[in-house]
Amino acid sequence: MEQALVIAAHGSHLNAESSTPTFSHADTIRATGAFAEVRESFWKEEPHFREALRTVDADEVFLVPLFISEGYFTEQVIPREFRLDDWDPELWTSDGTSADSATLTATDTGQTVHYCGPVGTHDSMSDVIVQRAKSVTDDPGVGDGFGLAVVGHGTERNENSAKAIEYHADRIAAMDRFDEVQALFMDEDPEVDDVTDFFESDDIVVVPLFIADGYHTQEDIPEDMGLCEDYRDGWDVPETVDGKRVWYAGAVGTEPLMADVVLERAADAGADVSAAIEQVRGETGETSAAGD
Amino acid sequence: MNADPVDALAATAPDGIAFDDLHVERDGDTYIFKTPEDDHTELGEEGLRDVAADSSYVDNWYFWHATAPQTDARWDFLRWLEAAEDAAVPDRYDALADGVVTEWGQLRITVSLGGDGERTYELRHVDDATTPAAALDGYDDPLDARELAKHDDDGAYRPLKTAPSLQTGWQFSALGPAHLVEAVHAFYPATVQNWHREREGELDVTHWHETVSRQTGIYGVVQTWDRGEGYEHVNWVAEACCDDSQCLKRREWGYDEETDLDVDGGGGAFPCREPCSLVVAAARQWTKLEGEQSKTYEFELTPSEKEQVEAIVDAVADGRADDVREADVYDGANRYRTRFLRAKLFDDEGNLCGVETKD
Repeated sequence: MEQALVIAAHGSHLNAESSTPTFSHADTIRATGAFAEVRESFWKEEPHFREALRTVDADEVFLVPLFISEGYFTEQVIPREFRLDDWDPELWTSDGTSADSATLTATDTGQTVHYCGPVGTHDSMSDVIVQRAKSVTDDPGVGDGFGLAVVGHGTERNENSAKAIEYHADRIAAMDRFDEVQALFMDEDPEVDDVTDFFESDDIVVVPLFIADGYHTQEDIPEDMGLCEDYRDGWDVPETVDGKRVWYAGAVGTEPLMADVVLERAADAGADVSAAIEQVRGETGETSAAGD
Repeated sequence: MNADPVDALAATAPDGIAFDDLHVERDGDTYIFKTPEDDHTELGEEGLRDVAADSSYVDNWYFWHATAPQTDARWDFLRWLEAAEDAAVPDRYDALADGVVTEWGQLRITVSLGGDGERTYELRHVDDATTPAAALDGYDDPLDARELAKHDDDGAYRPLKTAPSLQTGWQFSALGPAHLVEAVHAFYPATVQNWHREREGELDVTHWHETVSRQTGIYGVVQTWDRGEGYEHVNWVAEACCDDSQCLKRREWGYDEETDLDVDGGGGAFPCREPCSLVVAAARQWTKLEGEQSKTYEFELTPSEKEQVEAIVDAVADGRADDVREADVYDGANRYRTRFLRAKLFDDEGNLCGVETKD
């Protein structure tokens, strides 16, 4: 039976670049030939969640949310809009960062849908954050002498949002790669505004755990951290703030290795994509044991 | 299926073929081969191959079974593009030799005959119908259509794919059938599938009330705008957002299963089966705004000033504001005229005629 991959992302009515990482990761996976079809779908753009499955010919679909945290979108909006009527968040048996997958039937198309947890809470996301640090410093060995800040939105709408940030910060700290690792937030303590207060290191890599670059990652956070007075003025990488060098990475979701996390989610749900995972890891990052 | 049409026909003939006026069937140890122009019986396999070799009916059968995508919606759409159900193979091939043109929203699709009955699909903007190909940017990867669909000719982001603002200046000169459908999907997602469902009498329409009722989170508030107090507000929404001037889908949803809206659904080729995310997002804002009580304000305007305010609203609503010529002071929506109105009637806080909003 042919298998398809559908990526579910937020998209935007206002920002043309919101969909760019989704297209990019879909193209990476498409090129592996691991799935008969790879289809992007969006909450705010088209194809909309409601109409994505009918554009897929395969009877079996792996549905992977390109979202950071488990919560409102992954537990309510996506299952509802994809008409996974028998969905229940209990099917993931998750503590907020441990979603796996659930197999359901879409009522409008009859397709079998393996509904996977979001990319943001998969273990291999830690590797992508590290890869993002390598990319922004252009140093594959980055770690010694560096602090790493993983930045998230915070709990404003969803307590799991902070959990995902802390989960990956803890995992990366356990790698003993960076001198210091700290989870920071936009709307709660510890706040990203005071980023330099939380590190001893002279070099700090700041990786926002966001899927796409937009208002938060390109306007809010740079201004809050003091990289610039006005985001329109831009900033250097690294930019000196309070005597420390801040290497601001922009949204982690734009890192090419994100395609690997999408594949890992599908693999965990039973898709036969191990060769594709090897290929994508080879093309977009270094092989790492962290996600094993 | 075999790579050669005649080989494929010979391999399939034992099971019989009946497609687009081509009939092949087994008769004992021989074959019958019939088309409107040919009638052969008692053919051995070699004889079958001989008569098949020069037959456009065989090429045609092969294309539709070995080359064209086989899923119902894609197949049906491609058949429709060349009016396959309406024209016999020779007539169709004559037409395809010149190119058969179909408009799909702002897409202009021309299907032509390639070698061995293959089809080639050319895709461009309807407004580029007569533009020389050399003046258009050429593309061959259907996924490139995703980027073309993102911005209009002025570079503005298009959040609604079916808005009548598709950029011009591009061409996919020679797509195969599967890639043609993919490109159409990238420009107008799911329109082929919903069009097909509608043709089959299976379009699953979700009406306004049902759509609003399932909203949660920040959009849940729209339910408070929809409490069984009539549907005039939905008429206004549809007139604002769903008119052909704003979206090329043909609105098939109404207020609910029993209640159509009073405004025109449009004449688009492909249906709109439920209020889209832009409509829901706009409705959220209108729900908030329409929760206000009206008040009586007193303004003094000359008759021309009243008409000018109306002209400005019309110009903005019709997307015409940028088209008013700089020196056309005879148009109420002209920039100088509007600046004069503001200079005369607004106070320093921007209040019309000095009347405060929360008086």
